[in-house]
Amino acid sequence: MAECHPVGFQWVMEAKARGATIIHIDPRFTRTSAMADMYLPVRAGSDIAFLGGIINYILSNEKYFREYVVSYTNAATIVSEDFQDADQLDGLFSGFDPKTGTYDTTSWAYEGMETAAAAGSRVVAGRQPPAQAGGGGDELGGRGPALPSSHVRRDESLQDPFCVFQILKRHYARYTPEMVERICGVPAEQLARVCEAVTANSGRERTTAWVYSVGWTQHSVGVQYIRGAAIIQLLLGNMGRPGGGILALRGHASIQGSTDIPTLFDLLPGYLPMPKAGVHGDLVAYLASMKSAGQKGFWTAADTYVVSLLKAWWGDAATPDNEFGFGWLPRISGDHSNYQTIVEMLDDKVEGYFLLGQNPAVGSANGKLQRLAMSHLKWLVVRDLNLIESATFWKDGPEIATGEMRSEDVATEVFFLPAAAHTEKDGTFTQTQRLLQWHHKAVEPSGDCRSELHFFYHLGRMLRERLASSPLERDTPLRRLAWDYPLLDGEEPDAEAVLREINGRHLGGEKAGQPLNSFVEMKADGSTSGGCWIYTGVYSDGVNQSARRKPGSEQSWVAPEWGWAWPMNRRILYNRASADPEGRPWSARKAYVWWDETAGRWTGHDVPDFQATKAPSFRPAPGVGGPEGLAGDDPFIMQADGKGWLYAPSGLLDGPLPVHYEPVESPLRNPMHSQQSNPTREMFPRAENLSSPSPPEPGSEVFPYIVTTYRLTEHHTAGGMSRWSPYLAELQPEFFCEVSPELAAERGLEHLGWATIVTARTAIEARVLVTDRLTPLLVGGRVVHQIGLPYHWGVGGGGAIVSGDSANDVMGVALDANVHIQESKAASCDIQPGRRPTGPALPRYVEEYRRRAGLNVDTGTRRVTPSEGAT
Amino acid sequence: MRSRWSSSSDPAADTGWTDAPARKGFFTDSSICIGCKACEVACKEWNGIPEDGLQMLGMSYDNTGGLGASTWRHVAFIEQPRRATGAPGLTPLPMFAATSGQNSPAAAAETGIRWLMSSDVCKHCTQAACLDVCPTGSLTRTEFGTVVVQDDICNGCGYCIPACPFGVIDRRQGPPGARNVGIAQKCTLCYDRLSDGLTPACAQACPTQSIQFGDLDELRVRAQRRVEDLHAVGVADARLYGADPNDGIGGAGAFFLLLDEPEVYGLPPDPVVTTSDLPAMWRTAAIAGATLLAGAAAAFVRARP
Repeated sequence: MAECHPVGFQWVMEAKARGATIIHIDPRFTRTSAMADMYLPVRAGSDIAFLGGIINYILSNEKYFREYVVSYTNAATIVSEDFQDADQLDGLFSGFDPKTGTYDTTSWAYEGMETAAAAGSRVVAGRQPPAQAGGGGDELGGRGPALPSSHVRRDESLQDPFCVFQILKRHYARYTPEMVERICGVPAEQLARVCEAVTANSGRERTTAWVYSVGWTQHSVGVQYIRGAAIIQLLLGNMGRPGGGILALRGHASIQGSTDIPTLFDLLPGYLPMPKAGVHGDLVAYLASMKSAGQKGFWTAADTYVVSLLKAWWGDAATPDNEFGFGWLPRISGDHSNYQTIVEMLDDKVEGYFLLGQNPAVGSANGKLQRLAMSHLKWLVVRDLNLIESATFWKDGPEIATGEMRSEDVATEVFFLPAAAHTEKDGTFTQTQRLLQWHHKAVEPSGDCRSELHFFYHLGRMLRERLASSPLERDTPLRRLAWDYPLLDGEEPDAEAVLREINGRHLGGEKAGQPLNSFVEMKADGSTSGGCWIYTGVYSDGVNQSARRKPGSEQSWVAPEWGWAWPMNRRILYNRASADPEGRPWSARKAYVWWDETAGRWTGHDVPDFQATKAPSFRPAPGVGGPEGLAGDDPFIMQADGKGWLYAPSGLLDGPLPVHYEPVESPLRNPMHSQQSNPTREMFPRAENLSSPSPPEPGSEVFPYIVTTYRLTEHHTAGGMSRWSPYLAELQPEFFCEVSPELAAERGLEHLGWATIVTARTAIEARVLVTDRLTPLLVGGRVVHQIGLPYHWGVGGGGAIVSGDSANDVMGVALDANVHIQESKAASCDIQPGRRPTGPALPRYVEEYRRRAGLNVDTGTRRVTPSEGAT
Repeated sequence: MRSRWSSSSDPAADTGWTDAPARKGFFTDSSICIGCKACEVACKEWNGIPEDGLQMLGMSYDNTGGLGASTWRHVAFIEQPRRATGAPGLTPLPMFAATSGQNSPAAAAETGIRWLMSSDVCKHCTQAACLDVCPTGSLTRTEFGTVVVQDDICNGCGYCIPACPFGVIDRRQGPPGARNVGIAQKCTLCYDRLSDGLTPACAQACPTQSIQFGDLDELRVRAQRRVEDLHAVGVADARLYGADPNDGIGGAGAFFLLLDEPEVYGLPPDPVVTTSDLPAMWRTAAIAGATLLAGAAAAFVRARP
């Protein structure tokens, strides 16, 4: 965090100054480790086992927060007797279909709900499962998946063998300290120290927070890493309470914003799922996929969010008669995620591509795959601060040097449009706490640089002008758009007007034209509009609430008047859980939100995340759904049963509980069970994306080391903002690899000399930084070396001040099926002293490695590992 | 022995400033430095200093190397290697552990490596040799008690370079005609910003308040308290550097909290103002001169019949 988020890390330092213990777990010793009270080196790709070890400790030593667990989680809920856990099926859960590589998740359901289509529809090109109505994977960003009913059977003694708690105990029994040591390379006494620190710092009086970044997410089983942390936090009562939670650190200032108002293919603003072709023919069918009338919680009002969104987009053209323009929304027909799209480019199925502040030629896994794919486009628009590699690959990419691409063969027409920086435009950032913070334009953009808002507004304007008299039905959605933003200086759209549109307004009645103050004011009859329901309130009372900057010293410690947090300016979600079931603070020290008996309402330091006047003792009548179906002790109000999910009966595609799987490329055999890696992972087996073998496949010894990638403080991601800046470039001028003194001795690597790193994809060269900050680990009786690669460099032919090989060129593309995120934080490699071959000799050099490893397109693609290879 | 031109702890008054504001300085607390180098970048941005080298140095994450004409802030990175569990000499870093009682020195010892980071800068000495030797008056003492080069007056003679006991000041290298090439350059403690009541750029940018700017008297008190707090939680190696008005430079206007010997950070252990012997040398020279004159006169007298 100190390494990549130094500004945010000031608050960690502040917490430390107040006595917090900082524990850092990472394959490399970073600037964060230097500030931590405890640092644990861990093998890249083994965190599920590490977290599992903590969960095992919590359960077997009775360290969980029993009252919280019983009342606020689904620990007591009874699961279908058809469910079979991974330890019963040698690493698979019940319902796996080896042919499609997908699970039928029916057996994972709560008892009595097995008939419902429990898990999400899985849309993977080439492996089309039956289209299901429910959402899945990352479509569930803002909510739990639907349940057919809020009625579940519970055993609050937690003794029923099919209750979630007992399943959890059985599931985690195998994650012993010895197993953790065998998988992670973390000695048992170090694990014990973390377990003791985390549990001692949780409970009524204290809370512990977990902070993660892409070291957890960029894995073929990344979602389950986060699930592991969620289970710990729910067991220890660290959710919905001050000082608790799980904090995702992002790679950019507004990555949270880019999922709230998404750049993702399968989401609409506010985590409304994208309608699916052939499934969501009309609004009724679409709404039914998000909620059922029987379930609890606020998703039952999804119709008001959807209709208000449609009114924001199509204005007066959205009427009850045309389902408010629902038919004009594009439908998705399959997986159109980033890497799937790249592969389809290679197959000439994609004509054009917009890159906005993204440099996939350097920043995405398997750089060669990215560059070759873009060379198949007809047109490519690159909007960036600098002339990045993704705009110049056709003339100076590594494949030009090796002869694998010839400029004269690339027909892609590249349009480079210089972009304005955030200091050159108005707008908001939404950070990890869901806090919107307005930034004001400080200077005019120079030259031809323009804001994104400028670009899209005028692109839309010009397209609409061209299509104004188009008779084609397909052009209707564009022609009917409400595209009327006020322009400043006759050119730049007013960013505050856009924020007002997002906030929403009353369209009729006596309040017509006034901004909405809350999403509960939204209507499904077309009398309100709002571009993103969770952001409603950011312009409440007609004031840009995100621009508030009242100093912390002039307000309460929760600082509600700094910026604005969605939803409803709540700083901590599910904060009903900060009080006990009777509504009293768990402790005076951790008091946050509580029930005021005299006033008959919830009150506290934050905006209560609960119906304001619903008493803790309230119990709904059986069969009542929606917000009214929530009991007074159901704090997780967006979950279909009002409880925090230790066990996910639906919504995930690869299991209701996390299981340790090895990375797709690993030099080690999975010691937990026969199943080596995540059987549901998405793969793209082709010549441009080869995988190296992992045990029990032969040949893995050719790539004996683990390689991981990361960032340095001095640079920003793929370098577009830093390699062109002299003051940043000079601080880390050259691409380097970090190796331990032991690995340097083993391979003859010299400090400040050169090394060549080879994977199944390609070979790259880097300067060598020999450092004690990288340490060999003893894993399963074997010394495992890890190599660290910062991924900021590239050819830089478009005027970069520094250049170097790209770390991501050596990484492969295999994805977590839930969210289509690539596994780029762990792979197998070799390292040799000296520089790599150049020109056509480079592919030959890599080919020789492939030959030695017996590697072909099918290597590493087996979904189910045969049990005879088990250890 | 004090330098002739700057002698007390109120150098601004000594220089002739009347109604000068309180002396300003930096307290750089290396125990909370996270090595982000924001200070280096902010300094260069504000002061318009050119990039000065795209060489990887291999000195841990330090590719800056040291202070110079085009580097006015420099973050040193010192990796202190692995030591066996329980080995003596390894200071754990429970920097603020006083209230938690949970930090385990044993745990820190086990994790092995210690990575020290510290942002170096011109010390703005109370007795500043660079200023003493400057023949043009380019180097001046400001009303804030800081030492500043006036680049439009400096003639590039370079006398100040060997005079600095810390090796801070240098002449800028670069193509002829580029800004201030050949001119002595160093930190101004953002004189222009101070004049407008602003915090120096490096301190403003520092995310952890490792670089603290303020009235020197107050900073010294704060720093002393910080050292005591660290000692109380077992960080026995914590010490101040440059905070003592009785040291060889009369105390620094920019001083530091270090976690190891100064040499570890590339700082001289016992800096002495290089002009400290000048008065004695002048006296010796004066005596020699007088003796010479007296001898000549005597010879003259004796020559008379």
